[in-house]
Amino acid sequence: MVDTQRTLLLGNLAAVEGAIYAGMRFYAGYPITPSTEVAEGCSRELPKIGGRFIQMEDEIASIGAVVGASVSGMKAMTATSGPGFSLMQENIGYAYITETPCVVINVQRGGPSTGLPTKVSQSDTMQARWGPHGDYTAIVVAPSTVGDTVTETIRAFNLSERFRTPVVVLMDEIIGHQRELISLPKPGEHQVINRVKATVPPEEFQPFRLTANGVSPMAAYGEGYRTISTGLTHDPMGFTTNKPEEIKVKLDKLRNKIMDFRSEITKLRVEMMDDAEIAFVSYGSVSRAVLLAVALARSAGVKVGLVQLYTVWPFPDNKLRDYCQKCQKIIVPELNMGQIVHEIRRVMPPDTEIHSLQRYDGEILTPMQILEKLEEVM
Amino acid sequence: MEHKLLDKIEIPHDRFEIRLSGSGGQGMILGSVILAEAIGVDYSKNVVQTQSYGPEARGGASKADVVVSTNEIYYPKAMQLDMLLCMTQESMDRYYADLHKDGVLIVDSGLVKNIPTENYYALPFTKIAREEAGHVMVANVVALGAIAAFTGIVSKEDLIDAVLKRAPRGTEEKNRTAVEIGYAEALKVKKDPTRRAED
Repeated sequence: MVDTQRTLLLGNLAAVEGAIYAGMRFYAGYPITPSTEVAEGCSRELPKIGGRFIQMEDEIASIGAVVGASVSGMKAMTATSGPGFSLMQENIGYAYITETPCVVINVQRGGPSTGLPTKVSQSDTMQARWGPHGDYTAIVVAPSTVGDTVTETIRAFNLSERFRTPVVVLMDEIIGHQRELISLPKPGEHQVINRVKATVPPEEFQPFRLTANGVSPMAAYGEGYRTISTGLTHDPMGFTTNKPEEIKVKLDKLRNKIMDFRSEITKLRVEMMDDAEIAFVSYGSVSRAVLLAVALARSAGVKVGLVQLYTVWPFPDNKLRDYCQKCQKIIVPELNMGQIVHEIRRVMPPDTEIHSLQRYDGEILTPMQILEKLEEVM
Repeated sequence: MEHKLLDKIEIPHDRFEIRLSGSGGQGMILGSVILAEAIGVDYSKNVVQTQSYGPEARGGASKADVVVSTNEIYYPKAMQLDMLLCMTQESMDRYYADLHKDGVLIVDSGLVKNIPTENYYALPFTKIAREEAGHVMVANVVALGAIAAFTGIVSKEDLIDAVLKRAPRGTEEKNRTAVEIGYAEALKVKKDPTRRAED
């Protein structure tokens, strides 16, 4: 059927569409290339639907405002790139410990520091996992097309609301600055998850109550519940604690509420892996070059496949092992000096040959470069 | 060196790849967006537009690719250009090597002097924009009109619709004229490729 609703949409604006679909009504940010169009899109669209857009004085304040909006009951988001993502880390850590749902879009560019504002990179893959100090478990999703960006941003909000945690959408310059013809999802096409709200009488409310699944029902400020947000390690009431047994319970909660449901959070695209002897494992924009390379290699009779990570963190240990169990060789193309490849080395049996294919000169790996690497390892 | 895999592989020609190149400020990226939007009204086609530019607001190399295919477009960037527009000598020197042997080369004859082939179309887009369309800023739109005529990848009518959707209020007529002139001049050159409009 011909879809007459197609629109040529910019990747960064796809993130806005996905976020609004998921219920985002508060955006605070500070524009920075190559993520600026996310802010522009939100500034245009949010006022039309009763939302709020604020351009803050910097990225530190932006994520602060996002956390504030979320604890006040709104679905909130910010977007940034490069140095802006570094500046946000402290308050992203605050969102982890206060278990505040929010979404941070990181349209990656080259670094370190100001680096390459207009050039593509995947060099924040580890920062997205380990950016803030301390122990916590991060959820990070990575789209590879404009269409993906809509659905992965919706998924990011759903995961964020379900698990009461910040979620990072790891985009990159190519996805953000690429226009593709896509069909926007219709109302009801995707599930939209909202945070579990407190229903107990106010005197029984514990903002960080221990529950079977680790997620505590939330009350917004102003709803009549006494609720606390503190960056200090706290007990179920939200009161600061120094008691070892309470500290451990809190940190276990931050990890287990996510890791106990890891198989529901991880999402992979698996192409031509049934009889594959060599596997590519990739994420983000470079996956598209890999897809073409795999199709071309298959047409030349090479048994090769692709596992694409839509969820980068938590890392899909078991699923990856299952899909790649018949592969003696794995090639990991990344637009960085080799980051996720270490996870694949950690997960796969020690006799698996694992090759890192790196590019970090501001350009994307081409299908031919990927095929050259394939030929080299064959 | 013998390539046991690479020698067997031929990149299928199931896509039409266009690159608009010049320097920052010449409107190459906007031009590519308009072109992609104009092509995209045909529902049988997939279109991907990408861009590459420097941190400067003006100056610096700027290029934008539009890939068109009836199949799913995996790799979003151009690999073997079917059409290359060069609006500066620098972009000519830098991107000519990416042009497919049967690809169409289009240059701004007022700005590009050294052309490493005899097989090209040339029109003074910038001069036409300044002297005939009313403003140097519409040089990219003049070039779009010429691209429609040279390649047939989009109809003039769809192109005008797409240009007018993006044109700031008050500039509609200038932009429409720019497409018309670019299209008409290109048709003249296309009928007689030996006839090259001089600066």
